Amino acid sequence: MNFACNLPLFCMVLCLLCAVISSVLHSTAARRLTLCLAGAVMSMNLYLLIWLLRGGQSTSYMMGHYPHPWGNEIRIGIVEALFSAAFALILGLCVAGGRTQLLRDLNEKKTNLYYAALDLVLVSLQALCYTNDLFTGYVFIEIGTIAACGILMIRQIGRTTLAAVRYMIFSLIGSGLFMLGIIFLYAVTGHLLMPNLRQAVETLWDSGSYRLPLLTALCLQVIGLGIKSGLFPFHFWMPDTYGYATPASAGVLSGLVSKGYILLLLKIVYDVYGTRVFYASGVQNLLYIFGILGMIAGSVSAMREDDLFRMIAYSSAAQIGYIYMGIGISPAFGILGALFHILTHALTKPAIFLAAAQLSDAAGGGRDLETLQGAAHRDHLAGAAFALGALNMIGLPMTMGFISKYLFADAAFHAGGKLIPTLLALALSTILNTFYFMRALIRLFNRPLDSAVERVPMRTQVSYTVAASVFGVANLAIGIFAQPMLSLLSQGLEQF
Amino acid sequence: MLENLWSNRIPCAAVLLFALGFSTLLLHPNLIKKIIGLNIMDTAAYLFLTSLGYIPGRLAPIIVNGDTDPSHYVNPLPAGLVLTGIVVSVSVTALMLALTIRLYDRYHTLDLDKIYMMARQEQGELQ
Repeated sequence: MNFACNLPLFCMVLCLLCAVISSVLHSTAARRLTLCLAGAVMSMNLYLLIWLLRGGQSTSYMMGHYPHPWGNEIRIGIVEALFSAAFALILGLCVAGGRTQLLRDLNEKKTNLYYAALDLVLVSLQALCYTNDLFTGYVFIEIGTIAACGILMIRQIGRTTLAAVRYMIFSLIGSGLFMLGIIFLYAVTGHLLMPNLRQAVETLWDSGSYRLPLLTALCLQVIGLGIKSGLFPFHFWMPDTYGYATPASAGVLSGLVSKGYILLLLKIVYDVYGTRVFYASGVQNLLYIFGILGMIAGSVSAMREDDLFRMIAYSSAAQIGYIYMGIGISPAFGILGALFHILTHALTKPAIFLAAAQLSDAAGGGRDLETLQGAAHRDHLAGAAFALGALNMIGLPMTMGFISKYLFADAAFHAGGKLIPTLLALALSTILNTFYFMRALIRLFNRPLDSAVERVPMRTQVSYTVAASVFGVANLAIGIFAQPMLSLLSQGLEQF
Repeated sequence: MLENLWSNRIPCAAVLLFALGFSTLLLHPNLIKKIIGLNIMDTAAYLFLTSLGYIPGRLAPIIVNGDTDPSHYVNPLPAGLVLTGIVVSVSVTALMLALTIRLYDRYHTLDLDKIYMMARQEQGELQ
């Protein structure tokens, strides 16, 4: 076994260690530690990715010298390494970019705990990417939920605490259903490791026995993860959660935490049920329909919202809908689109939240579109970042959003029966996206209403400048030169 | 049909309890009752899981008198999973209770609907 195979486990242990250390550090030190941790995790995962691309085999990493079917395993592959690296990078950028608001929103004495919770979010994301065991997946889902609630409730205003309660309630319902699904599956097959489960499930499916329990388990798992990641009609916790969290947390929650659950769902589709059984079960149509409904409903709610942050949050609901629609279309092409869109949304939404926070600060703390009129003139960088993010979500050519929409349409052409509804949904949703993002952009770039307000540009923090530039450059680079990323993803999917 | 129901009575009871806890967690406006619902829901899942590992007439998987024949013992794995699950649900309950205390300190009620109305009013006054 190559040395590189040890890195994922090492990353997770490092995250846990840093979380413990952060809880006794001073806030500045904890912040630096988290940034270093994100950098270290990203570099290690990139190293692993390069090793895999240079001919390293995707392998299972046995933990604690217990062979399967008893032991616990980590599965190492291109998709896992790529997404762990991207998640670590984005988490670091969120912390860097949201610094001003973090200093304002957080109680000085509790700031180090915020970074401890962020480290725990990172470990849960890593584990959800890498785990090869369903119950480990459940445990890290719960760790992720608790840590996510931690980074949400750290801002102590009434609305945020309330949002945290609602987030917890929906998350707990989701994880409860997910756990019941695992227990059903365990009752039928007697396994928890994904490769053994897949063998057992395929044998059972082909023999035709225990169809109902298998389907029930699958539905429970899909619905559970769907609720947790905010699939329509369970997206009602999103506007409060993302809208009232401190911007760095909003970025992490919308861009990363919900994506971790979707990656676990993809692992279940590929490694537990296998694409053959999953796409024969009919559950994919459920995802497809609710994905499309989510795309439309999220956008309509965003259109009716005047609060900029809540509008962006509703837009997240629509983007989650895109991802589920992709999973619902077809195994190879649809899931490729879904994976790419996970990346698109994870790289875009945090940037939009951070830019919106900067703009809101520039306009004196307003949240409504009206009070934000002309804010982009006071903070040019945030204005540009917001515009780029908005164009990305609309799907203008040369952005990542365009590539994902292209991939979904391409998948629909290969899937036959779903062609017309997919194309119609894409068109309608693009129009709606354009409508509400353009409305926001026009407001932001318009002449300020109140000429008495000073129009001198704000002084931008260096950390925000760095974060916004990295987000922007990454977006444009992957948007313009999408082919390497696409071949990487499809190569990863082959061995997923 | 009835025979099936009888032989699967523990899973059925577990699913009923789960549904009870689930609907309380989702629908009841009182925060403390929501947390009770959460615990009923989790416990129902553990009941199901424990019943999977139990084999009538066998012993707890602890070796006494050097008897290493696995066919004399029940399956220990579900019990391990239940232990993990209990740890998870205890920490989640603690977090929910902490949030409840914070909300009660601020709004002096446990009714989530009322709290929601008050929070909206509060925000309306701010703007």
